[in-house]
Amino acid sequence: MFITIKYFGQIAEITKQNEESMEFSGRLVSELLDILYSKYDALKSKDFQVAQNQELVFDNTEITGSEIALLPPFAGG
Amino acid sequence: MNNKKPKSVFKEGAINSEFIGNSIYKHQTKTSIGAHNIFLGQVRADVIDGKTVSAIEYTAYEDMANSKFYEIRESAFEKFDLTCMHIYHSLGKVSTGEICLFVFVSSPRRKVVFEALEYIVEAIKADVPVFGKEIFEDETHQWKQNT
Repeated sequence: MFITIKYFGQIAEITKQNEESMEFSGRLVSELLDILYSKYDALKSKDFQVAQNQELVFDNTEITGSEIALLPPFAGG
Repeated sequence: MNNKKPKSVFKEGAINSEFIGNSIYKHQTKTSIGAHNIFLGQVRADVIDGKTVSAIEYTAYEDMANSKFYEIRESAFEKFDLTCMHIYHSLGKVSTGEICLFVFVSSPRRKVVFEALEYIVEAIKADVPVFGKEIFEDETHQWKQNT
C-alpha cells in the first residue's frame, strides 16, 4: 500500500522534511513506526501521537488509510 | 437564529484589537443576545533557563485542525444554548504580548457563556493539532507543550 506520512513541529526537525511517501507492506501502526525508528533514530526519544486520515490511532491499529501523520504535543491557544 | 456555518479559523499572524472590536460591534444587530463572553490567548514572555521567549511561531495540521474545530463547534452548540460562536487562531509568528487565540460566544443568558467558553477553550488546547515553536531573544528555540 502506498502511504503518505506527514511530519510536524519537532518531528519534522528530525525527519528534515514535512512529508514523505512510501510503499508499506506491513499491517499495524507499530510496524510502520519500527520502519520510521530505523530511519530516524532520534524519533525514539520523542513524544508524539499518530493520526490516520486525521483521526488519532493506537500502535495496534491497522493501517488502512493513505494519510498518516506524526503529531508532537499540541500547543494551541 | 443559530449561526452554525463552518468558518475559517486560522489567521496569518497576530489577531489585532481592531478585528476583535469589530467582531463585538457586528453583534449589535443580534438583539436576542443578552451576554457575550470572550477569551483571548496572549503570547507570554516565559523565561526558560535564563532565556526569554520573544515570539511563538504556530503551525498546524490544518485539515485535521479544521475538522477538530468543527467538531468542537458542533458539540458546543449541542451542549449549550448559544446564539453564536466564533473561533480564530493564529498561524505563523506572533510576538509576546500579541493575541493568538480569540474565542467569542454569545447567548441570551450569562451563565451559559461562562460554561461554554471554558469548555471550548479547554477542548481547543487538548484536541486541535496546533504546534508552537517558542523563539527566544537569541534566536534559539524550543517547542511549546500545552499542560
